[in-house]
Amino acid sequence: MAKKTFPGGAHPPEHKDLTERHEVVVLPPPSHVVIPLLQHTGAAAKPIVEKGQEVLVGQVLGEPTGYISVPCHASISGKMVAIEPMPHPFGHLVDSVIIESDGQDKWVEGIGKDYPVDNLFPDKIINRIRDGGLAGMGGAAFPTHVKLNPPKEKPIDTAILNGAECEPFLTSDHRLMLENTEDIIRGFQLIIKVLGAKRGFIGIEANKPDAAQKIAEAVKGNSNIKVFLLHVKYPQGSEKQLIWALTKREVPSGGLPMDVGCVVQNVATAKAVWDAVARKKPLIDRVVTVTGPGIRQPGNFRVRIGAPFSQLIDAAGGMVNGGKVIMGGPMMGLAQPSLDLPVIKGTSGIVVLDHNSSKIPEPKPCILCGRCVDVCPMRLVPTRIATFVEYNLLKQATQLGVLDCMECGSCTYVCPSNRNLVHWIKFGKLSILEARKKTMETA
Amino acid sequence: MTPQEVNSNGSTSRFFISVAPHIRDRVSIPQIMFTVNGALVPALIGGIVFFGMRAAWLILVSILAAVATEWAIQKWRKVPITINDGSAILTGLLLAFNLPAGVPIWIPILGSMFAITIGKQVFGGLGFNPMNPALLGRAFLMASYPVHMTKDWLNPFWWTQGSYNFFSWGIRQIGSSQLVDSVTGATPLEIFKTARKVLLDTNADPDKVLHATENMTSVLGSYKALIFGNVGGCIGETSAVLLLLGAVFLLYRRIIGWKIPFFYLGTLALLAWVFAGTDGLFSGDPLFHILAGGVVLGAFFMATDLVTTPITYQGQIIFGVGCGVITLIIRLVGGYPEGCSYSILLMNMVTPLIDRYTIPKKFGLKPVKIQEITA
Repeated sequence: MAKKTFPGGAHPPEHKDLTERHEVVVLPPPSHVVIPLLQHTGAAAKPIVEKGQEVLVGQVLGEPTGYISVPCHASISGKMVAIEPMPHPFGHLVDSVIIESDGQDKWVEGIGKDYPVDNLFPDKIINRIRDGGLAGMGGAAFPTHVKLNPPKEKPIDTAILNGAECEPFLTSDHRLMLENTEDIIRGFQLIIKVLGAKRGFIGIEANKPDAAQKIAEAVKGNSNIKVFLLHVKYPQGSEKQLIWALTKREVPSGGLPMDVGCVVQNVATAKAVWDAVARKKPLIDRVVTVTGPGIRQPGNFRVRIGAPFSQLIDAAGGMVNGGKVIMGGPMMGLAQPSLDLPVIKGTSGIVVLDHNSSKIPEPKPCILCGRCVDVCPMRLVPTRIATFVEYNLLKQATQLGVLDCMECGSCTYVCPSNRNLVHWIKFGKLSILEARKKTMETA
Repeated sequence: MTPQEVNSNGSTSRFFISVAPHIRDRVSIPQIMFTVNGALVPALIGGIVFFGMRAAWLILVSILAAVATEWAIQKWRKVPITINDGSAILTGLLLAFNLPAGVPIWIPILGSMFAITIGKQVFGGLGFNPMNPALLGRAFLMASYPVHMTKDWLNPFWWTQGSYNFFSWGIRQIGSSQLVDSVTGATPLEIFKTARKVLLDTNADPDKVLHATENMTSVLGSYKALIFGNVGGCIGETSAVLLLLGAVFLLYRRIIGWKIPFFYLGTLALLAWVFAGTDGLFSGDPLFHILAGGVVLGAFFMATDLVTTPITYQGQIIFGVGCGVITLIIRLVGGYPEGCSYSILLMNMVTPLIDRYTIPKKFGLKPVKIQEITA
């Protein structure tokens, strides 16, 4: 099978061997969970439960507000003790529902049974997906039902299943593809059906040959689904780069995949789609890779949403000389200040770096080597943009496409001068968007 | 930007907080610079074998002067001392490689001091210099001491002649600044230039023409000597094979890109084939023009200097082509037999302009073919 890829990109060390052979271990419900009412891109859910109320697993805690919003569900059974602002992995306070477990793990009636799906109309499927609280599980956490319901004037011909998992260290998608192959494919078939797409592409990085083979076997007989191996390169799993690799279509600057007739869904989301539609099981747990040089026994765990990171760290044997706790992968993940923070729908991994590798080297002047230009998957000139932002020349930075940056961090990774390129670029994007907001308000 | 121990919910945390990416490639400036230095070692050894211990002393003095100058200026300016990053060593080494082996000892000292001071530190140090410091140092020496820079050529293995040995130093005629005749000779490009002038001159004296034809034939037929390096020339530039050994290593390690050397040498070869002959167009000898002089050293080790060359894909192609064109113009019609270093310096000067006009077209500007998408 010829491997596909995109121009540019970097090759960080993979470190997948730490966990790729570790089967997913199902963790018991924790003693308490903190469930943020905002775990997705969009508007926060509105709480509909009251303090002191007993809740069951799968019970709706918060209802969506508006179209781009999804509900939140209880992930353990027990007593709801509070709704209050709690620290969120994204770095700010978010209203969260705190539940103390009754130790019984009682589920809402009807969840988990097999429901027929063959005769469901697409809008019915989308409703179940929305009711299941699904948001993209690759990290960006965009509400799934919105992505699967593009406007009429944007026909979708290609549904893409993203099994690239290009972030170093992470193997949760890899394990899912091996252990839940059938569910993923069935979920993907539902996605194709809902979108009315005529074909489905599955992209898997070549460092997961076992998963690719298993998926390929599972889709045999589906003439509309094709499996592709992808070069092992970061950021191969980025939507725009994956679409380019598989269809050679360029998502327009400032546009969305649907502008080129594509919708990309992560493999974990596909499995959640099947659970939500065929089992009426909302998104109350997920697979998280716990790994890194600062973890004693790295592994993959199925954990309830809202469980504290500490449950995962303890399950992985605890930390050794832990210096930095990252939610997500080391290239785009968010450093966390505490182990009390909750697992959310977009938590694909917890990577713990040891004390030494946690330190960020001091930046030195740019030597104009052009490595950042070579690796930029959006074909930008990161060094120049970063310098413009540094000198507050936002107009020039905009001209060079600062807003097209997807913040993959490849430029910063390869920089021999250790410049904080993507940091300046993020800062520039924020400044520009804030300024635009201000002019909109005054106008 | 620096990581700090922050507190979550009031208590002190022991975790580092920083913005992604949390891992960095191990490649660093010192690693790049020392790899390039290392890639020049074969040519360094070759230079010492051909031109004796004299060459070794010149190289050593050149490097020491460059490092000392950098240290002194940074000490004076009270900025971090960066002599350990290998870039001053590289400047000193490259400057010495670009000197004739017969120059007096103060030439590399002066050249290195100029290279580091005016070529690099006045602009703010590594990363801010617009031109290759080593080549600027050489240009300064060419302008200030043209006699030494254009006449002090030593023949390869001169130290095996007469009363000289490998460790001989003094090579000048008594009471004169000229070299002893038995140790010096013209470089291949000088022979080429002189002979070509005669051959193109329709009114030339027949005896001279005969002599020039002989010279031309012998110099063009000297591929073997040019490849191995036992010809006259600068200390580090003569041996194509030893330089290529280092260049392949740098290409393999991805320290340098292939575009600039490829388009430099490619343009030079093409133009040499078309224009450099003496029997009208398309009678030139492209291989001779690549092997003779300093273009192998220049194309792989100086035109690929990170700081002073374009960062964009197209820009690097333009840079390489520009170097090739200017080199050949100087070789054929310019005042010097060799144009490599000036071509690179000139292209260094237009590099900011090239970069400005070769910004790549960002992802997502290619129009989408809508008709392809039919549900």
